[in-house]
Amino acid sequence: MLNNYNGMAQPLWQNGPAPGEFYNFTGGQTVQKLPRELTTAGPYGTKRSTAAITTGSSVLGIRYDGGVMLAADTLVSYGSLARYQNIDRVFKINKNILLGGSGDFADIQSIMRNIDQKMIEDQCYDDNIEMKPKSLASWMTRVLYNRRSRMNPLYIDVVVGGVEQNGTPYLANVDLRGRAYEDFVVATGFARHLAVPLVRENKPKDKEFTAEEASQLIRKCMEVLYYRDTRNSSTYTVGVCTPNGCGVEGPYQVNENWTFAATIKGY
Amino acid sequence: MSTIGTGYDLSASQFSPDGRVFQIDYASKAVEKSGTVVGIRGKDAVVLAVEKVITSKLYEPDAGGRIFTIEKNIGMAVAGLAADGNYVADIARQEAANFRQQFQHGIPLKHLCERVSAYVHAYTLYSAVRPFGLSIIFASWDEVEGPQLYKIEPSGSFFGYYACASGKAKPQAKTEMEKLKTDMKTEDLVKSAGEIIYKVHDELKDKDFRFEMGIVGKCTDGVHLINPTELTEKARSAGEAANKEDDSDNETH
Repeated sequence: MLNNYNGMAQPLWQNGPAPGEFYNFTGGQTVQKLPRELTTAGPYGTKRSTAAITTGSSVLGIRYDGGVMLAADTLVSYGSLARYQNIDRVFKINKNILLGGSGDFADIQSIMRNIDQKMIEDQCYDDNIEMKPKSLASWMTRVLYNRRSRMNPLYIDVVVGGVEQNGTPYLANVDLRGRAYEDFVVATGFARHLAVPLVRENKPKDKEFTAEEASQLIRKCMEVLYYRDTRNSSTYTVGVCTPNGCGVEGPYQVNENWTFAATIKGY
Repeated sequence: MSTIGTGYDLSASQFSPDGRVFQIDYASKAVEKSGTVVGIRGKDAVVLAVEKVITSKLYEPDAGGRIFTIEKNIGMAVAGLAADGNYVADIARQEAANFRQQFQHGIPLKHLCERVSAYVHAYTLYSAVRPFGLSIIFASWDEVEGPQLYKIEPSGSFFGYYACASGKAKPQAKTEMEKLKTDMKTEDLVKSAGEIIYKVHDELKDKDFRFEMGIVGKCTDGVHLINPTELTEKARSAGEAANKEDDSDNETH
């Protein structure tokens, strides 16, 4: 019943019969409508957001033998302006789930409010059952796919990580269209190009990473990202989730060394 | 029966000539029939305790709980009609959710009380509805406001308390609570809650009951917990011990 407060749950089928139902003639049941801002034509017709405004860049997640690690820098940009430089983008959802958000930060904040409310609802049931990362990732796909079907997507790309009921680590990415996949390394933004190959290169064939290896890789990748992605900052936070609980650590600082800068030629 | 009320007790929208709304009085009667519920405020915690009368052995032990979690740090206990309780719990949760949606902050308990009491009061104004047969106790703890305890009556009026009680043994429970100190440590708080519920339970009238409690405070990290194993056991054994002492007193006399 609390889900009445989920502002995203609006009817998909408008002004016509739902699948398997008959047409609603005038004077019959009232037809639910989309919010006014989406249906009322302005001087240039109806408008929808087509780009992110305030953006968070990469999120990197690595799954290891005893849990998952999520890292994201603390920068939220306004175009190419480094506008907000101390914003956490890795969130603790509950004691099993971490979420790293990139893309439009307003949309991240909006979805976080919904998720936080879901966690309180979970607690109200008082059955000692907490949501698991796989469920949250699945729910995210539904919300995001629903929004894309309305031609009004949330401009976000999230990494969901955590520990399942039986203690197995879980790591997945869900993007703005509701596409999702699981892997031992997932990333959004530039990290998908820069960090994922780096992590895959270091993956032993027949075993998972150890916590030590995962943390080394995170450190290395955040350094590479800072050097090569112009929308990155040198501070980042790392979320760690194990069967014993989870939390967000940091902010950490990238080991900067610009002595090589003088040797670079040809720009 | 024909001498009382006569004519003025059919609707919540009419006063009787001596200035009462009988439907509210009757709602209070429903509360007085209920198992005892108490709330006690300590130094760093608030405890809610319930004497849950078991009307049939066929129920599961946790069936028909009277304590609810409304928000992270808000607990609610009800005396009266259980079904009304479930409904009002849901209303309270929606109020809390709505507040959080708007302000990104948990609802202050006083504010929640105002909202819920206004809702309860609205049900005392119209002929088409009946008042809630409920006495609602809210408990919360947070770092800024500390422990808080409020009670809403079927009329919709509410007050803040150091300790409060509703239900069958309200007078006895009040007498017991007046002996308590106002800033008890959590352990003493939980034990007194156990002692009071066990003490005021009337074995002759209701054979079986289950002690249930809710607690929120510093010790629970500001999270409202219902029947947390360790503390509940402490309260129950304190209650049982107090009862035994009572019995042996009776034997010597």
